[in-house]
Amino acid sequence: MTASTETSRTPLIELQGVTKVYGEGQAAMQALAGIDLRIEQGDFVAIMGHSGSGKSTCLNILGCLDSPTSGSYRFRGVEVSQLTRDQRAKLRRFYLGFVFQGYNLLKRTTAIENVELPLIYRGVPTRERHQIARRTLASVGLEGWESHSPSELSGGQQQRVAIARAIIAGPSVLMADEPTGNLDTARSEEIMDLLCRLNREDGITIVMVTHEQDMAHYAKRIVHFKDGRIESDQQNGRAN
Amino acid sequence: MLWNTLLLALREIKRNVMRSFLTVLGIVIGVASVITMVTLGNGATQQVTTQIASLGSNLLMVTPGRRMGPGSAGSSPSFKVEDGEAIAREITSAALVVPVASRSTSAIFGNQNWSTTVTGTTNAFLELRSMSLHSGRSFSDSEARAGAAVCVIGQTVREKLFGSQDPIGSRIRLGALSFQVIGLLEAKGQSTMGQDQDDTVLLPLRTFQRRISGNQDVGMIQVSIREGQPTEKAQRDIRLLMRERRRLAVSEEDNFNVMDTKEITRMLTGTTQVLTGLLGAVAAVSLLVGGIGIMNIMLVSVTERTREIGTRLAIGALEREVLMQFLVEAVVLSSSGGLFGILLGLGASFGLKNLLQVPFVFNPGIAIIAFLFSAAVGVLFGYFPALKAARLDPIEALRHE
Ligand SMILES: Nc1ncnc2c1ncn2[C@@H]1O[C@H](COP(=O)(O)OP(=O)(O)O)[C@@H](O)[C@H]1O
Ligand SMILES: [Mg+2]
Repeated sequence: MTASTETSRTPLIELQGVTKVYGEGQAAMQALAGIDLRIEQGDFVAIMGHSGSGKSTCLNILGCLDSPTSGSYRFRGVEVSQLTRDQRAKLRRFYLGFVFQGYNLLKRTTAIENVELPLIYRGVPTRERHQIARRTLASVGLEGWESHSPSELSGGQQQRVAIARAIIAGPSVLMADEPTGNLDTARSEEIMDLLCRLNREDGITIVMVTHEQDMAHYAKRIVHFKDGRIESDQQNGRAN
Repeated sequence: MLWNTLLLALREIKRNVMRSFLTVLGIVIGVASVITMVTLGNGATQQVTTQIASLGSNLLMVTPGRRMGPGSAGSSPSFKVEDGEAIAREITSAALVVPVASRSTSAIFGNQNWSTTVTGTTNAFLELRSMSLHSGRSFSDSEARAGAAVCVIGQTVREKLFGSQDPIGSRIRLGALSFQVIGLLEAKGQSTMGQDQDDTVLLPLRTFQRRISGNQDVGMIQVSIREGQPTEKAQRDIRLLMRERRRLAVSEEDNFNVMDTKEITRMLTGTTQVLTGLLGAVAAVSLLVGGIGIMNIMLVSVTERTREIGTRLAIGALEREVLMQFLVEAVVLSSSGGLFGILLGLGASFGLKNLLQVPFVFNPGIAIIAFLFSAAVGVLFGYFPALKAARLDPIEALRHE
């Protein structure tokens, strides 16, 4: 990544005319029909919209997990589609954290082992890795749960493990796809408080997909999707 | 990096104990059975070779039949006592000429019943086989000439029929007739092909022909050649003599065999080698089945593994890092299975060698082949599904169902 003096002028994330078509021919299905979106460093964006409006598709593209069919995605001014597979992997490794709707924790793997996974690929030595993982788990409120495997944790706890894993390597951006989708209100609010804190204290940019108005209100900015397009994009009055 | 990957792979193996265990089990069983079968088979072959060699190089066997090998006597006329007498008369280098005719019969004494092999022959048989009498005596000339109802028994037959009693002088029944036991052989133990040489009843040849087989046939004539005389010449002379006696025209092939120990060895080891091959093939099938088992286990876990690969890619693992981990895991699993299988196979052959009374002959070639095969199976089935998954976009791997 080029950290030039232009950083201040180039946005962290810039989508221009991004489309995504699933399938081919008769079965082709346009999930994104031209998305233009700029997200600045430090922002907290909630993406809202009906089911099937393309929220997850868009977030996956932002997280470099999926590639757009057409259009341009610049991350810190770098055109992502021109990166190689390995370069994209390194972009995920060093800049992006992703929280999946279904958590995607490794089974039969303890919380701490799940959390330290990104550090393994960064070549952090074992002992240091353990310390950082312990600290990160504590920061999401899971002190004492280190050696529990996902099946021994509640949904909220699993989501915290997933968040800890996403933030352990200190990403610039945290992407979260319906992080409260499977949780009750109290648990959801705790998770949202955690995200707000990460955004406020650690300066992590957050892009979150949700279909719940209540959760979206924690964000600074709310983007509405409809049929693969952005319907509205407004600052949130009562944010934080 | 490699060390890291190895640790990562070991951790995965530990984490999926059941899957790892099942994977390894297939290979262990397959490799162990191949090793055991081949090792035992080789042992049997070697045993046959050494035992025949111990008979001495001066033994010739004359059998009826066109081809070499057992069970081929049917089509050609059998020998008679006169053939043996002719050999003794004409072949000056022959030391002992022993006609032999055998049949399996049940031997009965009191209420004891034992199925054994009854052999009609002459006293020279004992000398030829280096057997000696434990007690009693061998056949007298008049008994042999008259075909008297007398017999000499081996230790196994004594044990089965008489227990600890002295058998000499008792009468046993062979088939429908009663025979007096006049001699007991010294114990000799097992022979070539695991036969119990003590499980035998000897009769004078004439007695055998009259009372057991009911014909004048002699199954085989064994000839020992005098020390220092060339066996090749004796073999050639016997052959010509037999051709003459059987009135074979120049154009006709031999309808009998004159085999020396080398040929007997070849014939018998041929059999054990075929057996080794068969056993090896059966074992190879089990190795293959083990491989298919591994494939199944790997395929069952492919969804879980694909999602795991998706997760790893999503958090920034490079394709080659993921692949290296899976490769190392597959190699570690299958090679440890292979090694363990080799050890188990060697252990089993070592344990069975006493039971089957065959020597332990280790064949490193087979061990290497079995090992490489197991490694290949593990890599093929453990690595290739991973290869497919690691090439996907992370999101596709994560979506895999
Ligand atoms: N892998 C896929 N293959 C085909 N169609 C898909 C796939 N993923 C999503 N879609 C379709 O794309 C559209 C947008 O999906 P998605 O981005 O998941 O919507 P949202 O997250 O807003 O509910 C939907 O109509 C969905 O059916
Ligand atoms: Mg969705």
